[in-house]
Amino acid sequence: MDYRTTPEDEQFRKELKAWIARTFPPDEPPPKLETREDHINAYRDYQRKVFEGGYAGIRYPKEYGGQGGTLMQEIITAEELGPIGRTHASSVNVIGFGMGIPTIFTVGTPGQKEKFLRKSLDGACIWCQAFSEPNAGSDVASISTRAERMGDHYVVNGQKVWITNAQYADWCMLLVRTNPNVAKHKGLSYLLMDMKAPGVEVRPIKQITGEAEFNEIFIDNVKVPVGNLVGEENGGWSIALTTLMFERVMGDLSTANQFLWVFQQLWQMVKGVKRRGRPVLEDPGFRQKLAQMYIEILVLKYNGYRSLDRVLRGGIPGAEGSVGKIIWSELNPRMTELALEIEGPYSQLVERSARAIEDGRWQYMFLRAKGNTVEAGSAEIQRNIIGERVLGLPKDLARVAQAAPAKK
Amino acid sequence: MDISFNQDQIEIRNQAHRFMENECPPTFVRAMYEDERGFTDELWAKMAEMGWMGMRIPEAYDGIGLKLIDVCVVLEEMGRAILPGPYFSTVLLAAEALLEAGTEAQKKAYLPRVAMGELRGTLALLEPDSGPDPGYIQMEARADGDGFVLSGTKLFVPDAHVSDFMIVAARTRPGEDREQGLTLFLADTKAKGVAVQPCQTMDGSRKQCEVRFDGVRVSKADVLGEIGRGWVPLSRVLERAAVGLAAENVGGAQKALEIAVEYAKVRHQFGQPIGGFQAIKHRCAEMLVMVEGSRSILYWAAWAVDDDPRQAALAASAAKAYTADAYRTVTTLGTQILGGIGITWEHDMHLYLKRAKANQVALGDTAYHQEEVAKQLGY
Repeated sequence: MDYRTTPEDEQFRKELKAWIARTFPPDEPPPKLETREDHINAYRDYQRKVFEGGYAGIRYPKEYGGQGGTLMQEIITAEELGPIGRTHASSVNVIGFGMGIPTIFTVGTPGQKEKFLRKSLDGACIWCQAFSEPNAGSDVASISTRAERMGDHYVVNGQKVWITNAQYADWCMLLVRTNPNVAKHKGLSYLLMDMKAPGVEVRPIKQITGEAEFNEIFIDNVKVPVGNLVGEENGGWSIALTTLMFERVMGDLSTANQFLWVFQQLWQMVKGVKRRGRPVLEDPGFRQKLAQMYIEILVLKYNGYRSLDRVLRGGIPGAEGSVGKIIWSELNPRMTELALEIEGPYSQLVERSARAIEDGRWQYMFLRAKGNTVEAGSAEIQRNIIGERVLGLPKDLARVAQAAPAKK
Repeated sequence: MDISFNQDQIEIRNQAHRFMENECPPTFVRAMYEDERGFTDELWAKMAEMGWMGMRIPEAYDGIGLKLIDVCVVLEEMGRAILPGPYFSTVLLAAEALLEAGTEAQKKAYLPRVAMGELRGTLALLEPDSGPDPGYIQMEARADGDGFVLSGTKLFVPDAHVSDFMIVAARTRPGEDREQGLTLFLADTKAKGVAVQPCQTMDGSRKQCEVRFDGVRVSKADVLGEIGRGWVPLSRVLERAAVGLAAENVGGAQKALEIAVEYAKVRHQFGQPIGGFQAIKHRCAEMLVMVEGSRSILYWAAWAVDDDPRQAALAASAAKAYTADAYRTVTTLGTQILGGIGITWEHDMHLYLKRAKANQVALGDTAYHQEEVAKQLGY
């Protein structure tokens, strides 16, 4: 048993760190990120540099623009690039790297891989993924956005909601209903839709943070070529399930690293806060609460390592990916709320308030974290998945009864 | 990076699992609740034959010389079975103290006999005013001629009443700084002036005692390590032992989860198994998350304590704190899922709950370990 990385991997890390220092000099100010254009430009510029440096798509084959490297190298790259990416709008294509690229790589046709992978890796192609609809949130299988086959293309009509980064995206991974006459999850397909196609309209949704990170998408008689069908027609449900599992493993590890970074930031903030004239860091209660956060980040990290180990051994990650999701999505709200608890009455001061701590950053993070237990499969759905698929508990009878074919 | 168990470890685990299933069913645990000694010579001899007393003892002292992770594989199975008796105190506390700080003469005198199962030992740390802090020691070891005289009371000493010897922590210099003035002594449990009184505890599977030292003489040869600098070796022992408890916690929590889930599948109410209802299903899912999280941090900590000195103290405290709280919550939720029968003596769940509660406060409670983590992080 050995948790250390190999000397080769450590050499890889060393070279990467040196490249980062050369390419993103620490004394250079980060790009301005005010408008939508700022975000897109900053992201494309950053990702192009990463691609040209030989650090994009580490585990994908060279023929498609990847590096033909190992999973460990990919993880090391994510760890080292994480902080830089965060100041260079890497989140603009979080969906591309988290879902779009892996899906196309795993189940795409050679033509789709050729068309999309390289330009997704070099920053030219930004993705969004559209599952949810106003009437289909947790019950995603009951979506009704309809794709009708008309010869060499589909005509798509419908509405999607909660679509992250649609305001930036060039392309969309769209879950549609291609057959309304069968059990609901048996009639779904995965299409790649050009966000600039006629009939696509994106409307931002303002969130409790004040930002509009996600959107509605209105799809009005949009034509999607049949060549943009991913996998089998009506085989969309299994794609939606299985390709996401692999990403959960990567997601857990990179989230753990991100949380370790957030924790360091939190500690820096706490150092400056006083309570009754004395540093909060002298208060045993807060010391314990902060330590508990760190302990749980370690649990997330080493749980991610175990999942990774199973994958490296050739296993297919299963529903235990839900364990990681529950851990991080419930830890982050508590960690960000602890920041507010420590700030005391300062927790009420937001961006642009003269005495706001760190310009209201923790207030933003606290509010944003409220979405963690809802997005990417809600806390309740994750518990159903674990209860049913890992522990073998039965579905409750009401859900069994309502799984009938959807109608349009 | 390779964090899977190797063939030997898998074989050790399977062996331990079978052994515990055969030799330590819940009926045995219940019988030991009622037994004053808390174990049987027969079981002790069988365990010695398995080589378990000597797992960490080097071959030079008739042990097998394995690593902490190997012992944890066995401890996980012992925790799953709620193994009663003085294994933990002898092997993870007393023997580890000798390994860490003993002189060559002390090691030669004790370790082979411990490995053979002939001698049992324990560690006497806590005192009436310590709270859960194993570093808060006030008992005096007064210099007297060439030796020392121990006077005071030690409390919550595991299995003292069946021990042959005790490692006693006392102050050769008064004060509160654990890094200065703390000394470890070897004491014969039958020495003149030692009075052992078993306590009545909630967890009847592991006995605890009050031990009074009334002018007990110990010689210079009975000092482990350096006079006045006992905390550093003691803290290393406590790190290993904390990870050992974490292993027990993982094994016990896993079993408690299985019991609750099995019940949720077979108990029918309102026309269906109660496990179909989300309130029950979700509690089971939360228990699984805690068990998996516990497992993950345990295995890392067991490796780190041996192989990553920079992180050893942090890892041990993180693992102990997390797994202890997890075991407590898993058994609490498990009790709830069982409904009425969960509150009966007859059902086994309370055996797990009680061991979980005992382990929460042993060798430092969660608050103590959170503070240790804070210190290790540098704030």
